Formats: sequence, structure tokens, C-alpha cells
Amino acid sequence: MIELPALGWQSIVIFVVFALSLLIATYCTYAERVIAAFLQDRVGPDRAGPYGLLQPLADAVKMFTKEEFFPGGANKALFVFGPCLAMITALMSSAVIPFGNNMSFGNNAFFLQGIEVNIGMLWVFGVVSLGVYGVMIGGWASNNKFSLLGAIRAASQNISYELAMGMALIAVLMISGTLSLRDITLQQSVAGEWHFWNIVKQPLGFIIFLVCAFAETNRTPFDLPECETELVGGYHTEYSSMKLGLYLFSEYVNIFVVSAVMSVLYFGGFNFPFQYELRDWFVSSQGWELASAQNLITLLGTVGLFLKIFAFIFFFMWIRWTLPRFRYDQLMRLGWTILIPLAVFNILLTGGLILFGVI
Amino acid sequence: MSPLFLFLSFVALLSALGVVFAKNPVHSVLFLILTFFSLSGHYLLLNAQFLAAVNIIVYAGAIMVLFLFVIMFLNLNVDTEPHKPALAKVAAAVAGGSLLLILVAALKDVQPTGVAAGTAFNSQIGMVAQLGMKLYTDFLLPFELASVLFLVAMVGAVMLGKREAGERNF
Repeated sequence: MIELPALGWQSIVIFVVFALSLLIATYCTYAERVIAAFLQDRVGPDRAGPYGLLQPLADAVKMFTKEEFFPGGANKALFVFGPCLAMITALMSSAVIPFGNNMSFGNNAFFLQGIEVNIGMLWVFGVVSLGVYGVMIGGWASNNKFSLLGAIRAASQNISYELAMGMALIAVLMISGTLSLRDITLQQSVAGEWHFWNIVKQPLGFIIFLVCAFAETNRTPFDLPECETELVGGYHTEYSSMKLGLYLFSEYVNIFVVSAVMSVLYFGGFNFPFQYELRDWFVSSQGWELASAQNLITLLGTVGLFLKIFAFIFFFMWIRWTLPRFRYDQLMRLGWTILIPLAVFNILLTGGLILFGVI
Repeated sequence: MSPLFLFLSFVALLSALGVVFAKNPVHSVLFLILTFFSLSGHYLLLNAQFLAAVNIIVYAGAIMVLFLFVIMFLNLNVDTEPHKPALAKVAAAVAGGSLLLILVAALKDVQPTGVAAGTAFNSQIGMVAQLGMKLYTDFLLPFELASVLFLVAMVGAVMLGKREAGERNF
């Protein structure tokens, strides 16, 4: 058993996770344009820096130097508070995601994870459910009918899809028997036996979770809260400057976090195939110490997790530039009359399979 | 008393007062959400992580979103605020005052006892595993009945939301 991690190491990990979330979100804005250009057979951003790599920086400069605009009759305090809240809630949920197994240097051992709590999954779920407040408060405080409509759409959409998402999670919980994301990850790979990731045991649950993830992050085809064709800009119609930037940015942070959660819950997290064999090979054939071999495997696992996350982020963007937007009543019907019954069925199915010892 | 406890209590009381005194109903709702957060902090101090998380998910994350949703629809503001007759105000003051009186009378002699002497404090008492064991052994029937009730409510909501045959799309 590993000692409780020292606060010094852990604060470094938390800082790195924070910086990485921001960095990845920054380059998501670039990736979105590049992927859009690729899918539409265009060139995409290529002016700022080599391959347009400095585009996010140019965007940031543009955002910061634009005029700060407050609409007449807006509730000033809440108008500023809305985007801040959206950003805070987006960044909070990455705290409990296990980005890697444990590292050890001499007597110092620590997890590559912000905080390890035994309610990790509930934490993510709780923070995600709070994310809608940023949109709602901003939309309401703008004193604009289109913003208000966007805010109300966001609220009802999030509430509806949270139900199906929660029930898809329950099926994962039934298999794992723990709420700790680290334990769920460790369970998906056991040394010395043929072990499958949760996606094999929960294909239906994963699809439900994936659809709900699109709805919770307000991504196309479920981006009804900011639907340009009907609502001008939706909840951020009245926003300008970096306040708008924070809203757009928090969407990318949310995509990063939800991709990480999906990788951890269904795709083995930091596990990769043949990791134990590789570790043993380093120890037996190369004469490494067990601890340093383990550290190397941990680092490789972290790289693997990030590859999984990037694959999901690409998937999010691929869908965005492929599928048209749903109509609002279709969105609600999909959530309530298709996904929720499917999620209940998935719970029953999982219970039956556990009862008969299949999984 | 730890400084954290004092801070959380301060925030809880202040935001609870804010709920009552805020002129704007949306501000009231936001203060109420802050109150729920400080209560969740108290649960954490009592080592009840699960209760803290569920309090945030259910109350702050779901019920208050619906509250805010409805209040945004109603568009309440100073101009449209209904003015209550004086009699209603007096009745409210009397009712609230008597509730305060009863609470003070009931709680004035309470002595905080803490953990009963002789029993070791179990630090795992509020954890998910402990709670699950308790719910599925001692309280199995009420737990299952409550879950059936929730399922029925959810099926009812889906049924109400389903479109009847021949109804217009929108």
C-alpha cells in the first residue's frame, strides 16, 4: 500500500493538470479549424506562425483587445459572473481524473492525479451538473430575449441528458463496485490475466454516455443553446471580448474533461495492452529496477491516456463538421423517450449479466 | 471549533439571509445554491463525502436549475411584484415569529455531546460502502420502495412527454 501522497508533489501534479487543460483547450481551437478545413477540403489557418500554430495566440490577443461591452439593462455583476462560473466549473472536474498510475522516487510515491477521493465519479458528475449555471446566469443577465431562450434551452437540455448519463454511469458502477476513478481504471487491467476494458462489457452504456456527453458539452448536433440559425448567438449573443472568449474556451475544456472521463470509464484509462509484460521484460531482460520500470510504464500509460483523449476530441470535432443540428423537439424526444428507456434497459441487462456471472 | 467550520457556518448563514432579503428572485436562487454548497462543506467536515456529493448533484445541480429555469420564465421583477395586503404580512410575521420562538425554546438547553464515551469514532462512517451496507441491510424495504417511486415518477414524465398520435409536431 502506498503512503498518502505528500502535499508538495501533489500540488505540482495539480498545477500541471491545470496547465495542461488550458493548453489542450487552447490548441483545441486550432485543431477545430484545421479539422474543419480538412473535412471541407480547405486550407485552414496557415498565416500565424508555421502551419498557423500561433493562431490561438493571435485569437487571444484579438479577444483581449476588443471592446468590453455591457448591454443596457444588463445585470452587471451576474453578466461578469456567468463566464467566470462556466470556466471554473469546467476546470474543476479534471481534479479527480487519474492521468497516470503512481510514480515513486526513493521514498516519495505519488499519484499522477489531482486528488484521489472515493467519490471521484460523483465529483465529476456533480461538477458537470453545475456547469449549466454559467450559461444560465450569463444568458439571463444579458437582458436579451435570444440570450434568455438560449439559457432556458441549456437548462432543460442539461437536466434531460443528465438523467440518461447518470443511468449509464450506474451500469459502470454495477460492474466496478467503486466510485473512485482510479480504482475503476485499475480494475480494467489485471496483471497475468486476459482482461477487457469496460467498453467490451458496456457497449450500449458507452453509446448512451457518448450521446449525453455531446449534449452536456453543448456540441453540435446538440448545440441548441447557441443555435446561430434561430437565436443569433444563443446565450452569448451579448458577450464580447474575453468574456465571450471564456465561454468558448470553457466549451473546449469541457470537451477535454469529458473525453478524459470517457477514456477512464470505458477505455481503460492509463492502461495499455501488454503493460505488465513490458514492465517484466524491462526488469528481467534489461536489468532495470522494478520501481524505475514501473515509472516508465506509468509515463507510457499517461501518454496512452492522452492519445485516447485526443482521439475522442477529434471525434467530437469530426461529428461537429459532419452532422447537422437537431431540432429542439427532436432533442428532447431523443433524451426522454429513447435514451432514458435504453439506459434503464442497460441497467437491467447489466444486472442480469452480473447475476448469471457473464461479466 | 475549527476555522473551516466557522467560515462555512458564516457563509451558510450569510447566504441564507441573502435568500430572504434579496430583492431579485434570481439572486435569491443563487444565494440558496451558495447555501447548499456551504452545507455540503459541513457534510465533508463530518466525513460524509457521499452525502456532500449527492447534496450538490441533486439540490444544487438539478433542483435549483429547475428553480432558476422557472423563475427565468416568470420574469419576476420589481414592477410586476404582487403587493400583499397588510393582513397577510402580519400573519406571516406572527407565523415566522412563533416558529422562531419554538426553535429557540426547543434548542436553548441542548448540550452538545459529541461521540458517546466508550465508542471509538469510525472515520469510515460516512463513506459510500458503509452507507450502502446500511441501506441494503437495515433499510432495504424503504430503500426499494423509494426507488420504485422514483422509477414510476420518471416513467410518468416520459409518458406525459410522449406525443399522442396525430398531434402536431410543434
